[in-house]
Amino acid sequence: MSDDHVYLTLAEGHEDDTRWAYGTGFEDPLHGVDTTVPDDVDAAALAALCVALGDDALVSAQRLGEWVTRAPELEEEVALANIGLDLLGQARLLYSRAGQTDGTGRDEDAYAYFRDAADFRNVRLAELPNGDFAFTIVRLLVLSSWRLAHFERLASHPDPVLAAIAAKGAKELRYHRQYAAEWAVRLGDGTDESHRRMRRAQEQVAPYLGELFTAFDVRREVVADLKQVTDAAGLPMPVYRPLPGCGREGEHTEHLAPLLAELQGIARAHPEATW
Amino acid sequence: MVTTLLDARRARHIAAQVPDPELPMLTLADLGVLRDVETTEDGTVVASLTPTYSGCPAMAEMRADVAARLRAAGYPRVEIRTVLDPPWSSDWITQAGRAKLAEHGIAPPGPAPRGGPVPLVLSPTRHTVACPRCGSADTEETSRFAATSCKALWRCRACAEPFEYVKEI
Repeated sequence: MSDDHVYLTLAEGHEDDTRWAYGTGFEDPLHGVDTTVPDDVDAAALAALCVALGDDALVSAQRLGEWVTRAPELEEEVALANIGLDLLGQARLLYSRAGQTDGTGRDEDAYAYFRDAADFRNVRLAELPNGDFAFTIVRLLVLSSWRLAHFERLASHPDPVLAAIAAKGAKELRYHRQYAAEWAVRLGDGTDESHRRMRRAQEQVAPYLGELFTAFDVRREVVADLKQVTDAAGLPMPVYRPLPGCGREGEHTEHLAPLLAELQGIARAHPEATW
Repeated sequence: MVTTLLDARRARHIAAQVPDPELPMLTLADLGVLRDVETTEDGTVVASLTPTYSGCPAMAEMRADVAARLRAAGYPRVEIRTVLDPPWSSDWITQAGRAKLAEHGIAPPGPAPRGGPVPLVLSPTRHTVACPRCGSADTEETSRFAATSCKALWRCRACAEPFEYVKEI
């Protein structure tokens, strides 16, 4: 193995498969898993749930990836990219499960690359632009607390595949929540400027909080997490201000379409290509 | 029947020796991702693998490596299954695997949290991680995320060397 060119080194020994990053045409991440849907599970509802959770994860992963080369420090860039990678992995598993259960037999690429904004069911909080580091941290804290609480419940879902995806994802989400919580305390309890920015981020997030609790009731767990963090950070609890529309019903902000254009551009320009 | 048993044992041995693509000092058995190897009556070898993290990009490569090694060893029919339940835990890294990690300058994980919801803890409850180079306990975390999903970055204050640490999960 030679170390003089990092890309060549990555491709070495993989003559038949020189791909080393995520593109299209990968083997089904649920390959070889028993995909039978139990009789007592409503397959359409299961598929809708998988799509909503998959879309939250894919859109969040794309936003987190945008921090690469822009984060305040290299360590934070690596952290945000790793969190995005975990979420991308969760999205792949959830899309595969959705395709097995919604009757279409679609693969993960069909969900990620060949649906338009109105077909996405992520919460709008996930698609908002990154803003400053404070906004990214406040959003990550809310989304990871919510997702973790929800996944811990889904670990006993009657569908064994979704239950397994959730049990696995919950372990990863604990690290995401911990990362966001520690930064929230550091910034909230930091300088006047970092405190001011955290307060501003809380204001920006507030209108989008209600949407998280429309379908799945984990409000109590999430509020407990947020209370613990805001107390330690010297910040107020975010106040929810209702906003019309709902990402879960395909009603999105103007920010989702440009995000998808970047995410989907190559796959749509070269639909048969794999990379 | 005897042949089948011997065959199954040999197939398991071959699959167990496949190195991990990202931590090549470990075999897939050391890492605890090789869950099972069986041979069916028609001679198909069925190897079951479990991913470490949901987004682990090495999973496809592990599958391909195990299948290629088994075919090269004279098993034409190989099937690779993915097992998601129970999810992989760093507790499954074998003792031999932990020793190899330490030898290569990577601190092995402590015990993973078990079962049920894990509360958010903000008080400083830092556990100590011994430096894999000099053994000092005077170490600090520099980043909980590193070059691969499964590792964190630490630094030793005694010998001043940075090192990687496999996270508990």
